[in-house]
Amino acid sequence: MAEFETPTELVEAAKGAYAAGYRKMDAYTPYPLEEAAEAIGAHHNRVALVVLVGAMLGMIGGYSLEYWVSAIAYPINVGGKPFHSWPAFIPVTFECAVLGACLAAVFGMLALNGLPQPYHPVFNSPNFVRASRDRFFLCIESQDPRFSPSDTRKLLESYKPEEITEVPY
Amino acid sequence: MAAPDILPPKGVRPPIIGPGQTFGTITDRIAGIVLTKHTPIFWVAIVAVAAALFGMLQTAVGYLLVKGTGIWGITIPIGWGFAIVNFVWWIGIGHAGTLISAILLLFKQTWRTSINRFAEAMTIFAVMQAGLFPLIHTGRPWLAAYWLFPIPLTMGVWPQFRSPLIWDVFAVSTYFTASFLFWGIGLIPDFATLRDSAKTLVVRRIYGMLAMGWRGSAKHWNRYETAYMLLAGLCTPLVLSVHSVVSLDFAVSVVPGWHTTFFPPYFVAGAIYSGFAMVLMLAIPFRYLYGMQDFITLRHLQNAAKVMLATGMIVAYAYGLEMFMGWYSQDKYELAMVNNRLHGPYSHYYYMLILCNILIPQSLWLNKVRSTPWILFLVAIVINTGMWLERFVIVVMSLQRDYIPSSWGMYWFTKWDMMIFIGTMGFFTLLFFIFIRLMPAISIFEMRTLIPQAKVKE
Repeated sequence: MAEFETPTELVEAAKGAYAAGYRKMDAYTPYPLEEAAEAIGAHHNRVALVVLVGAMLGMIGGYSLEYWVSAIAYPINVGGKPFHSWPAFIPVTFECAVLGACLAAVFGMLALNGLPQPYHPVFNSPNFVRASRDRFFLCIESQDPRFSPSDTRKLLESYKPEEITEVPY
Repeated sequence: MAAPDILPPKGVRPPIIGPGQTFGTITDRIAGIVLTKHTPIFWVAIVAVAAALFGMLQTAVGYLLVKGTGIWGITIPIGWGFAIVNFVWWIGIGHAGTLISAILLLFKQTWRTSINRFAEAMTIFAVMQAGLFPLIHTGRPWLAAYWLFPIPLTMGVWPQFRSPLIWDVFAVSTYFTASFLFWGIGLIPDFATLRDSAKTLVVRRIYGMLAMGWRGSAKHWNRYETAYMLLAGLCTPLVLSVHSVVSLDFAVSVVPGWHTTFFPPYFVAGAIYSGFAMVLMLAIPFRYLYGMQDFITLRHLQNAAKVMLATGMIVAYAYGLEMFMGWYSQDKYELAMVNNRLHGPYSHYYYMLILCNILIPQSLWLNKVRSTPWILFLVAIVINTGMWLERFVIVVMSLQRDYIPSSWGMYWFTKWDMMIFIGTMGFFTLLFFIFIRLMPAISIFEMRTLIPQAKVKE
């Protein structure tokens, strides 16, 4: 785990580590930093797909509810309108689609991120409280096939971090 | 204390964030309001008054549930009075929060950053107030469950999906849920900040649970940003549709003054108008009491004033169009509606409406007015009053004189109407101040992206 003071240093180190072949690593920043995510190799995510599925389910669910209620369960003749009065069903269908999409976005994002996850080894790292404040961290995991305690440390040291610590795992 | 408001020279716009801020100062200043042991005296005083008004609300609602809606001023022909006026007023106020969070995000307007968190909170609390009214105005809210919601019941009764009143139920509940979720995920990284900056174990544990173990991982931020953008993209049509559906409550009827196709855009513009006025009514005291002038700068106040001016002009156009179309149609009932507004028994409310919503806000053309917080605050109060009057004019003046003169009537509110209305204002203030004390009222992680140190230099 290397600690940096500026985002530029972090992104440089992350790019260097990625170029050296490390894949199992993560960067920790106090705010979303697109360049850091790209540098460690995180690209497209499946959140958009989850949201689309949520929207479709919401839409189909809402419309089916309306159709079943208005045409099957409790049909009422209102001003001669047909039981399956689909234009009148659009507002509720839209709202249900948006509701499904919003729920899918939030809970899908949390699920894909593996949250809630109250414990993670990085929290044991001494200065990690500053990851939510003003420091930028790069952590290369020992599960990575290219990991070796001495080489990885040498690589990180070449980017002049504030500090390098070993995270107890 | 933060620097006082200095207006930059002509042609230069004030900055979005005060000079000399660092990641550390941003975190400390904003988290400091939450993590401090010393609750300011003004907070206690305001919450005490708000809690008292909340108590008044509970008393009035309790009495309503026991005695029924006869204690209100509603009568035939004015079957919709304060309850619906207040409902539309509160929902309208809520719309600015979503606009600031969602629409300004999509337009990449970075000035949204210091006001979006409490504007979203304002939306949620405003929708909570609004949601109270459709429930209690039914008279027997425990029966409203099966009138309003599609639940299987032994009587086999289901809602009428062709009615805007049901569309309203779905729209408002979706709006509340979506706003709450949007606000909620915005808070997760900030709860992590509070967890890490907390001084006592109990506080750290509580915020830790709320933060769900957020550690600022770049992979997580990647998915987070996608979800955030998608939510913004979803909330944008949602905000437009919700107030359009609320306007359709009126527009699908045949009452003159209600039955116009212009209602959806007119209501949405009016909602943004009153919403921004409420944002300013909250932002100006907040930045003054807590010394946040470096974060909520003159730029934010000026931009909010400009949005208010623009939507105010749309609303002014709408008033003109209503009167013009009433005359142009030469339909005797529409002409009667125009005549009622200009010369009828409630015409003084109509003239007050023109004063509050069109004439006084023209002062926003002056940069001096847009850049002076206390004047803006007064103009915001006037606009909110005007928007309330607009809903009063729409609801009451159209209902009191519709087609047949023998059915004409008059409406006046009773003390119970007023107690519930003022009570909701107290409840709103109470919720808002509790929010300020317990949660970061400005989005900490988004503010960090505004300072130059946050950019990656090539």
